[in-house]
Amino acid sequence: MNETLIIGLAGILAAAAPLLFAVIGETFTERAGVINLSVNGTILLTAMAGFAVAIATGSTILGLLAGAIIGALIALIIAFSSITLKQSQVAVGFVLTLLCRDLAYFLGNPIMGLSGPTVPHLPIPGLQEIPILGPIFFKHDLLVYSSYLLVIVAYLYFFKTRPGLMLRGIGERPAAAFVRGANVNRLRYLYTILGGALVGLAGPMYSLSVKAGWKGTVSGLDGIGWIALSITIFGAWNPARAAFGAYLFAFLQWLGLALQPSLPNIPSQVLQVAPFPLMILTLMLVNVGNSEWMEQLLSSLPEQQRKLLLKILRVLRSSPPAALGVPFERE
Amino acid sequence: MKKRWIEWLFQPLAVVLALIFTTIVLLIAGANPLQAYGNILSGAFSSTSKVADSLVAWIPLLLATAGLLITFTAGLWNIGVEGQITLGAIFTTWVLRALQDTNTAAWLILLLGFLAGMAGGALWAALVGILRIYGGVNEIFGGLGLNFVSTALVIWLIFGPWKRPGVGSMSGTVPFDERLWLPMLPGLRLSLWALILGILAIVAIYFVLQGSYFGLRLKAVGRNRRAAALMGMSPSRYGLAAFLICGALAGLAGAVQVTGVYHRLIPSISSGYGFLGLLVAMLVNYQAIWVAPIAFFFAALNIGSIQLPIVLKLDSTLSGVLQGSLVLFVLLMDGVRRNLLNRRKE
Repeated sequence: MNETLIIGLAGILAAAAPLLFAVIGETFTERAGVINLSVNGTILLTAMAGFAVAIATGSTILGLLAGAIIGALIALIIAFSSITLKQSQVAVGFVLTLLCRDLAYFLGNPIMGLSGPTVPHLPIPGLQEIPILGPIFFKHDLLVYSSYLLVIVAYLYFFKTRPGLMLRGIGERPAAAFVRGANVNRLRYLYTILGGALVGLAGPMYSLSVKAGWKGTVSGLDGIGWIALSITIFGAWNPARAAFGAYLFAFLQWLGLALQPSLPNIPSQVLQVAPFPLMILTLMLVNVGNSEWMEQLLSSLPEQQRKLLLKILRVLRSSPPAALGVPFERE
Repeated sequence: MKKRWIEWLFQPLAVVLALIFTTIVLLIAGANPLQAYGNILSGAFSSTSKVADSLVAWIPLLLATAGLLITFTAGLWNIGVEGQITLGAIFTTWVLRALQDTNTAAWLILLLGFLAGMAGGALWAALVGILRIYGGVNEIFGGLGLNFVSTALVIWLIFGPWKRPGVGSMSGTVPFDERLWLPMLPGLRLSLWALILGILAIVAIYFVLQGSYFGLRLKAVGRNRRAAALMGMSPSRYGLAAFLICGALAGLAGAVQVTGVYHRLIPSISSGYGFLGLLVAMLVNYQAIWVAPIAFFFAALNIGSIQLPIVLKLDSTLSGVLQGSLVLFVLLMDGVRRNLLNRRKE
């Protein structure tokens, strides 16, 4: 296999690692019925804070830990305001996303452009010798390996364990879960905070590994949180499909970079935003099956074409947990 | 009577909490909080020209917030307002560039430019609405995606088709002829025309929402889509109308920035006024009557913090920290207050 292709694929796996943490974290939160819209701000703030802590202490582990704690605290505010106070999740999440971004730029000013510690490379002995697969999968740092594990663990947790069943229950039919003995609001707190901690890890995973350092507004991280939120939707709240979405996104981003030299007339800033129209397009693909005009169109088609189109739409379709964003009230 | 007192206490409490939070942030940054606040105040109010600058920032904020009240009333989160401001600026620039070397009268070019700006903003907003109604794309994601697209569009124009002679630069396009600048008050950067536009917009929106048939029906759609649909009001049609109005007002803000402030198209032409407008709308709890003073306060914070990097070596995003924490604590305190009241009722 071609050397550049192997390096490219390995790069895609590495670039998708933080995104996977953010997407899986948000999937946990939303599966429980809470929307954490602060992801974009959380990633920026934790990227800055994790980097600052790593510089101050010389320890990347403490940097990552700081990110997780800050992410969890932000999620705690969301949980408190939406579950206990029953304020709009969208309003609080959006304010937090702006506030955290400004906090990141304000507090990160003195450490801008400094060089700091990065997470060390750790090729896995033995496995890295496997031809082709070794260099693609097993010549990374610990963060990338844990991103593989996270997807698998989250998938098994959601669909193969009892607590996972309960988690899906409190997001789909909280009243029924409550009757079966689930403390809906306490579990929602728990999963919102857990999800926030995972999102919070994504920040330092950028600033200590994938895009090492903190460069303020030109860090290229602004917007990635919104991508993570839309991949959560694209992934239909399923870790496996979400992982596919994250890798697809990383691949397309790599493709954009690879094509840049052959498209000299397009400024790099324009290629950088290419993910966003793509984001809109994919959201359209997964949602269009729920729209009114599509139903009308379907009913006007001949039998055979209708069946085919229905099948395509069903594969694409992504429907949110039924109680997403709805506060739970005990009657 | 006593209950009233307690209810009123929560808003000042939110302000105090926001100040405490910002002070802690300043202490973490190793700055002297009193010096920083003093600097913001003097940066916004110490001279006539500084107050005028705050008014210059107030106008686009007023226009954007006025539009956002309409989409919020319809129950929509128009986060795409930033992009709508940008598209307004692009369309206005387009008309001005096309007509400035002709014999057309300056006032007519400006009028056409403003109309084009409104059309540009409305077009971009309509796109968000269409994506939501026909594509099932939530307006938050549609709007946000289009914000990024609009930024790319501006940069492409500035470095491509509209670049300065020679090589394009981040400082923007070539400035327009001076005859196409909105007339300024003597000695200031403030345009009376733009000021009147901003005030007219918020007054008009106030009356639309308070007293008009359209405003009433828009409220009905925003409160309960299904009930409104049963009453024969089409939520998608009202939603689209709300997007068009908000987009047109945001586009107007873009037109003002181009003709009255920068006199050219620059990369960050929307200057974050759209997002700030969302914060203002949330802070005033979507009540038009409070928009003008709160928007002025936010505009003054923005202008006041411009000097922070020069004088105190602090980043000017401090104003954003103060504004954001203020809105956050007001939302939280409002929740606490309602929670306490409910508990007392039980």
